[in-house]
Amino acid sequence: MKALEIHGLRKTYANGLEALKGIDLEVNEGDFRALLGPNGAGKSTTIGIITSLVTKTAGTVLVFGKDIDTELEAAKSYIGLVPQEINFSQFESSLQIVVNQGGYYGVEKHLAYQHAEKYLKKLGLWEKRDHPSRTLSGGLKRRLMIARALVHEPKLLILDEPTAGVDVELRRSMWQFLKEINSQETTIVLTTHYLEEAESLCKDIAIIDKGEIIEDTSIKQLLSQLNIETFILDLRGSLRNPPAIDGYRIQLLDESTLEVDVSKDRSINELFKLLSEKHIEVLSMRNKANRLEELFLRLVENDSNRVGPEESKAEKINAR
Amino acid sequence: MHVRRSYIAYRTIVTKEVTRFMRIWVQTVLPPAISMALYFVIFGQLIGPRIGNMGGFTYVQYIAPGIIMMAIINSSYANVVSSFFGAKFQKHIEEMLVAPIPNFIILAGYITGGVVRGLVVGVVVTGVALFFTQLHITNFLVMGSVVLMTAILFSLGGFLNGVFATKFDDISIIPTFVLTPLTYLGGVFYSITLLPEFWQTVSRANPVLYMVNSFRYGILGVSDINIFTAFAIIILFIVALFAASLYVLNRGMGLKT
Repeated sequence: MKALEIHGLRKTYANGLEALKGIDLEVNEGDFRALLGPNGAGKSTTIGIITSLVTKTAGTVLVFGKDIDTELEAAKSYIGLVPQEINFSQFESSLQIVVNQGGYYGVEKHLAYQHAEKYLKKLGLWEKRDHPSRTLSGGLKRRLMIARALVHEPKLLILDEPTAGVDVELRRSMWQFLKEINSQETTIVLTTHYLEEAESLCKDIAIIDKGEIIEDTSIKQLLSQLNIETFILDLRGSLRNPPAIDGYRIQLLDESTLEVDVSKDRSINELFKLLSEKHIEVLSMRNKANRLEELFLRLVENDSNRVGPEESKAEKINAR
Repeated sequence: MHVRRSYIAYRTIVTKEVTRFMRIWVQTVLPPAISMALYFVIFGQLIGPRIGNMGGFTYVQYIAPGIIMMAIINSSYANVVSSFFGAKFQKHIEEMLVAPIPNFIILAGYITGGVVRGLVVGVVVTGVALFFTQLHITNFLVMGSVVLMTAILFSLGGFLNGVFATKFDDISIIPTFVLTPLTYLGGVFYSITLLPEFWQTVSRANPVLYMVNSFRYGILGVSDINIFTAFAIIILFIVALFAASLYVLNRGMGLKT
């Protein structure tokens, strides 16, 4: 079953801006899908149309088979939305906000209270349930929006940059929570600027730029398109200059840290052997975390400099 | 439409609306009680005895229904316009827009909130009026139905204002430049029979005149307007504004891009 099917979705705003140029996207039930794109790419417009906050110009959107044109209420009943901007009453308490949202979805009052308690506790908000929402910190406000979106236990949870402006610790706890929700068969669609977030959470990824989907694949498949992987090596001793080794691009980040680009046709064993020969001892090694970011930037840049529609995206990625 | 789900949504909106204005009763219920008390003191007690009787009643008795109606009109309108615009401004109207609630339920919820505030204020102001004069209800059915219809009508007006308002100034322009003149010139403080023929005809274009006179008929049994004509006009306005409100909501005007 498809949780979400989007076909030929177009949106032209009143000022003439063409935000979406006919996108197609499918999300299977149970997926954890990332929707990536730079600012103004069309991510929030897409989400706005799915949740009926934005009117589409053309195209179809089906949520668990329900067309938003003909069965809007049924389609809406499957969705829980965590928007990008804080959008709850600043004067109501956290508990009231979540319970009211349950009411809007037709959840019986006693059940709405049960669900509110469950999610406010899980998200660390229960102690502050009676505080006016305006007194919550930025991170707690974001978590409150997640609790609110889950109160009717939706089958499709849509999060529009849920961890924007959230500190690392809180972000990771939210990731853990989202993984747990997804493991309970809730389909999740996530837009994010944090590419590490997409890499950590999602199996599949769609990249949107200038109103078009320019890549729609699994993260594994996308990363396999990289010819080069970058590693950070922590050294025992210190160096003044990076060692010169044929076939490897090596930079000295500081006196005891190297950054090494290793192409897929070279082995890491060989690299260690050559380093040992130069009496350089490696204490530890890690992947540079922004692999996906590099790939994303290249995809978006390539899309901007596109010379012809026939040019394969994979070729462009491998052209480095 | 899922009936039970819609009912729960309606009940939630109404509870939220009533809780909102009751939480800030010092801003929503008390001010009309104070300003209407001042009207009774100044026009009823100080100036009234010099004016003498009007329509066979003391002046304070004559203006009491109009003053109560004025409070109901202002409160119903203010409740919906401020609540709906506030929800738009803080974007929490999106909580309802993303939920599977039929638009007429959203509209009905807000209108009910406005009606409840209008009725609460109406009861409070009536209590204030009883300090200054005696009121004997002539026709309870007419009085009750006019109060209800007036509160519905001005709640709808407030809703439309809230939908199209884009800044806080916009929610005070209509009350200041339209609602207040219509109310003051709607026969609250005088009988239109005191006016020259031309101005009587002009006054008949004012919908507030029909509400004030119907309400006055329900309490005192006197009216400048035929009561059936008044009811027909009020109902016509309600139908027109309800249709307009539902239309703008269905089109997402002022709410969706």
